[in-house]
Amino acid sequence: MTELSKTGAALGEPAPGNAPDAFLAVRDLKVHFPTDDGLVKSVDGLTFQVDKGKTLCIVGESGSGKSVTSLAIMGLHRLGARGKNVQMSGEIWLDGKELVSADPDEVRRLRGREMAMIFQDPLSAMHPYYTIGNQIVEAYRVHHDVSKKVARKRAIEMLDRVGIPEPDKRVDGYPHEFSGGMRQRAMIAMALVNNPELLIADEPTTALDVTVQAQILDLIRDLQKEFGSAVVLITHDLGVVAEIADDVLVMYGGRCVERGSVDDVFERPQHPYTWGLLGSMPRIDRETSERLIPVKGQPPSLINVPSGCAFHPRCPYADIPKGDVTRTVRPELQQVGGGHFSACHLSPEDRTRIWTEEIAPKL
Amino acid sequence: MSETKKTDEAKTDAAPQEREVLLKVEGLQKHFPIRKGVLQRQVGAVKAVDGIDFEVRKGETLGVVGESGCGKSTMGRVITRLQDPTGGSIHFEGQDITRLNSAGMRPLRRDIQMIFQDPYGSLNPRHTIGSIVSAPFRLQGVEPEGGVKKEVQRLLELVGLSPEHFNRYPHEFSGGQRQRIGIARALALKPKLVVADEPVSALDVSIQAQVVNLMDDLQSELGLTYVIIAHDLSVVRHVSDRIAVMYLGKIVELADRTSLYEAPMHPYTKALMSAVPVPDPKRRGAKSERILLRGDVPSPISPPSGCRFHTRCWKATEICRTTEPQLIELRPGQRVACHHPENFEDQAPQDTVLLSVAKEAAELVADEVLAESAETSAALAAEVSASGAGEKAGASGEAVQEPQVTTTKTGPGAKTTPTAAEARPAPTDPRPTDEPATEAEPEADGQESTDK
Repeated sequence: MTELSKTGAALGEPAPGNAPDAFLAVRDLKVHFPTDDGLVKSVDGLTFQVDKGKTLCIVGESGSGKSVTSLAIMGLHRLGARGKNVQMSGEIWLDGKELVSADPDEVRRLRGREMAMIFQDPLSAMHPYYTIGNQIVEAYRVHHDVSKKVARKRAIEMLDRVGIPEPDKRVDGYPHEFSGGMRQRAMIAMALVNNPELLIADEPTTALDVTVQAQILDLIRDLQKEFGSAVVLITHDLGVVAEIADDVLVMYGGRCVERGSVDDVFERPQHPYTWGLLGSMPRIDRETSERLIPVKGQPPSLINVPSGCAFHPRCPYADIPKGDVTRTVRPELQQVGGGHFSACHLSPEDRTRIWTEEIAPKL
Repeated sequence: MSETKKTDEAKTDAAPQEREVLLKVEGLQKHFPIRKGVLQRQVGAVKAVDGIDFEVRKGETLGVVGESGCGKSTMGRVITRLQDPTGGSIHFEGQDITRLNSAGMRPLRRDIQMIFQDPYGSLNPRHTIGSIVSAPFRLQGVEPEGGVKKEVQRLLELVGLSPEHFNRYPHEFSGGQRQRIGIARALALKPKLVVADEPVSALDVSIQAQVVNLMDDLQSELGLTYVIIAHDLSVVRHVSDRIAVMYLGKIVELADRTSLYEAPMHPYTKALMSAVPVPDPKRRGAKSERILLRGDVPSPISPPSGCRFHTRCWKATEICRTTEPQLIELRPGQRVACHHPENFEDQAPQDTVLLSVAKEAAELVADEVLAESAETSAALAAEVSASGAGEKAGASGEAVQEPQVTTTKTGPGAKTTPTAAEARPAPTDPRPTDEPATEAEPEADGQESTDK
């Protein structure tokens, strides 16, 4: 099985270069930044896909390459002076179009219309000098040849849709006049004004209180149902993942270490790093245990990613596989179940044993 | 700490109360003036902290939770006297420190230390780690045994850093390591009380767990007392013995961990807890338990009248709009400020007409939640009346006084209700406590009609 599953063909994906079936498909994406200190490999060979109406959650620590991935899909790395300092390779297919090699102007036409993004901090993502309405109107008129009046009507309609009270008054408000939750709603309104088919949300609720977070997650879920868009949600909160995801992708050191359906990843996680994340979380729904089980050590530097498995310096099970395979050979993503992949040198038997006997009882 | 303290039997009501009170806060207020115009006349005030009472006992961890803007950080800065309170009193080890000047506070700074939220903003980038962690010794003129450098290196090891880090600068460290430096600095002078303002919220989950465990270990090793301010309810639950829930500058519920999480009484606490996402996809079907709160926290410049939560509460009635509920001990060890608490007998049963805002808010609350809360209240009321009937003769003495108390409830004398409740001996089973209230009910019903 391992031999087969290493190739994309066995996963039911067409060979590289051909348009895939999935709405959004990312294949072997690499985003590297040359710096004075060395090459920063922020994303190093990432493959995933999302269908319409589905939600993929990308989880990982800060510096694991989550946000860089989302910016790469949006084509934001190649803008301005920054564009000279990035090396991108791989394929990003959105609705049959390849974006990495596409003309920047073409990507610009898609950005905002077919794919839109919600940023973590709405206060810095919005222009403080223009009213909320102004900014939504601009986003709409870039892609639609309509009068300001029509666009304004559309802006008010969107603000109303995301649950902002008195939208016809608040449309003339400035970002600083909105509370954190309201600002995030306005941001969602702005992202959805063109009915995009792909919505990327980068930590949309991290800066918000739990009560507001619950409102925003509900809103994203409702809107997804209504518009049938594909959603890529980036977060570090496994609670949010369990709440909203269909599929989960766990990133570590710029690579995917585990990918699968939300049930697979929470019920049968197959990677020690995923175990670590689950063990690190204090849980409100369980008896309080004596101690949390943290992942020891620090996240890796993306300039000197550890050899072999990037997680081996922090992995408590790195010595189980024979020889020094964990230190020398980089594990490839292997299928461990229907639609469930993991990149780990532990044998499937060892993984099942450790999870059921050592990890699961302690959670 | 944890082994003995974190077990549930240590959480029985008696144990913590026997412990010595380290910090006592009464009616604490912090209002920030708003000035306008050429003369900078004061036109209003941000009531960040508006009259809170609590005490912290030696060796325990008090968690403080609430949404942003509820005044929890201000509270932390005021009890450490980094900011001056505008009202109320703070007693530390029996000594009134409310009005001490900075010279008077200096010797106490040794005993009260703070861990800050942002590990990037709280360390001077131009100082080495050695000089940052040794600053408390320098400022307090303390010469530790074996010299400052040796002591600092011991502290660095204590918090899981290497002694070689002595000559490095803050920028060379990751967020989690910086937070450890902040902890080492706070512990340098062996403080009695450590106030930690969001100590882990800036850190990644895996690092967060490391720091939580470290703080746990240090507490058991050094016998520390913590006040931990955080917005993450799962973290607070994990670290705290008792928890205070704040809303708009007030404490709405103060209880030990088990009671608070198993049977929250204030509707706000309940809503807050139901909003925490649970890392278990199987629970997604059970989402009907969720209580969605409408809108945002009102402005602390002009907080709502009566109960501050009434604008978002699904149980709010007329009394909530007019009378501020007092923080009273409804169950041993569980203090709540609410007229219509959850999981308990209604404190104002005569008042049943919901406010229109409450009706709107209730639309967002699943029927299951409403039915369940009605059920528990009904069950409690039935039990109470049953026991009340049995002991009618015995209770009659109290029943005579009780109607007077209830009649004043809606007026300015609402404070008499808590006194009456406190005056009664606190039994192990809280329910019989309320029997006189039930006896008073008919009277109260009559009162209601005249009120309206």
